[in-house]
Amino acid sequence: MCNAMIIDSKDNVAVAIEPLSKGDTVTYLCNGVEHTLTARDDITIYHKLAIRDIVCGEPVVKYGEHIGIATCDIQAGEHVHVHNVEGRRENPEEKE
Amino acid sequence: MTFYGYQRPDGRVGVRNKVLILPASVCASDTARIIAQQVDGAVTFNNQLGCSQVASDQQYVMDVMAGYAANPNIYGTVVVSLGCENCQMDLVVKAIEERTNKPIRQVIIQEVGGTLKAADIGVRYAKELTTQASLLQKMPFPISELIIGTECGGSDPTSGLAANVLIGEMSDRIVAAGGTSILSETTEFIGAEHILARRAANKEVHDRIFEIVHRYERAMQLVGEEIREGNPAPGNKAGGITTLEEKSLGCIHKGGHSPIMAVYDYAKQVKPKSGLVIMDTPGNDPASVSAMVAGGAQVVVFSTGRGTPTGNPIAPVIKITGNRMTFAKMEDNIDVDASSLIYGGSLQQLGDDLMQLVSEVASGRQTKAETLGFTEMSIARVCNFV
Repeated sequence: MCNAMIIDSKDNVAVAIEPLSKGDTVTYLCNGVEHTLTARDDITIYHKLAIRDIVCGEPVVKYGEHIGIATCDIQAGEHVHVHNVEGRRENPEEKE
Repeated sequence: MTFYGYQRPDGRVGVRNKVLILPASVCASDTARIIAQQVDGAVTFNNQLGCSQVASDQQYVMDVMAGYAANPNIYGTVVVSLGCENCQMDLVVKAIEERTNKPIRQVIIQEVGGTLKAADIGVRYAKELTTQASLLQKMPFPISELIIGTECGGSDPTSGLAANVLIGEMSDRIVAAGGTSILSETTEFIGAEHILARRAANKEVHDRIFEIVHRYERAMQLVGEEIREGNPAPGNKAGGITTLEEKSLGCIHKGGHSPIMAVYDYAKQVKPKSGLVIMDTPGNDPASVSAMVAGGAQVVVFSTGRGTPTGNPIAPVIKITGNRMTFAKMEDNIDVDASSLIYGGSLQQLGDDLMQLVSEVASGRQTKAETLGFTEMSIARVCNFV
């Protein structure tokens, strides 16, 4: 039973669709294939968690697009939010 | 798909049949309220502007006033002005007449001898118009007559996962049926404008999408401010939205997948039957909704994650949430629970249900915001008063 989801296969974060506790097994589908990892934090429902390690300065990807950059190293399973991500204005015309 | 609406003499079709008591400025708003309170079928709003404004700032107010009067949900309008304000009676009447040939009556408070005399005259005009309006019979019209305004407010991550996805599905169906859907909230294109620009019908629309975002950012920088200071809002963040880019990427789902045919400035008249269009509005919901209604939207479809109360004096506002807890907590304010979309529900089925609701609301079914009498609105500003 999935308790998280990703929106695009390029995403490095998943969205918790049930409340998750530290140590819970997180299950989500990617291209129809079930993936699991372990939650390293309590995750409020609809908040994000990393599904791979994200290095400080690397883009955080949701909807297949950059939603900001990691302001520190983030391990798979950690809560991803304002404490470790910052929005960054990119040049949208370059992204077309 | 059809709905039962009101044919207007300018060829457009209304889904409500109200008389607008239109205050031309802040100094006429109390008198307009006194008039509207005495006439069943009359609506008004608090115009907090209309004077001491520079030209571009005043133009927003003029366009909202003219657009409200021209909105097909309005049978006719009683314009109430103080007499000395910048938005002079003749300017307001001319702006309305440029958009519609519906009935207009005029009351200038300083000329008729104060609020009580103006109220007496205004109430008589309003009763004359509501009586005429009551003679109209509803007729069936195709859904292509609808201009739907789309909005999101108090967003959370479920907005981008469910509610806005459902609104996008509805938008695509309205467009496929030959109608019009408006995507709004320029501040919430930031970080996602390249996705919208790819869907532009031509180069002019493509360039305009970038231009309205750049213009908005520059306007903030001119006063030494940064959009990110207030956006995402505290509630967005508490819900799980981290950055403005994340909010934007969820927001633009409201526009579905149709090509973007035009970009309209704030509160300008939208051409009916023109597919998916963008209107340049702020992320502030009451100010964005009022612009789309001034543009001619007869119905507004509005997603919320946290639960917001927004209504409008002219157009019914249908509220949708993708958050099952929010629907349980805020059911008094929210019409549709779209949360099943996150848990395997069918977009086709939810889309069918929403189209049915839009058709029912267009035919007279009251939305939650209407049953509560919610009419609060605002008008965007370019800069401070002079």
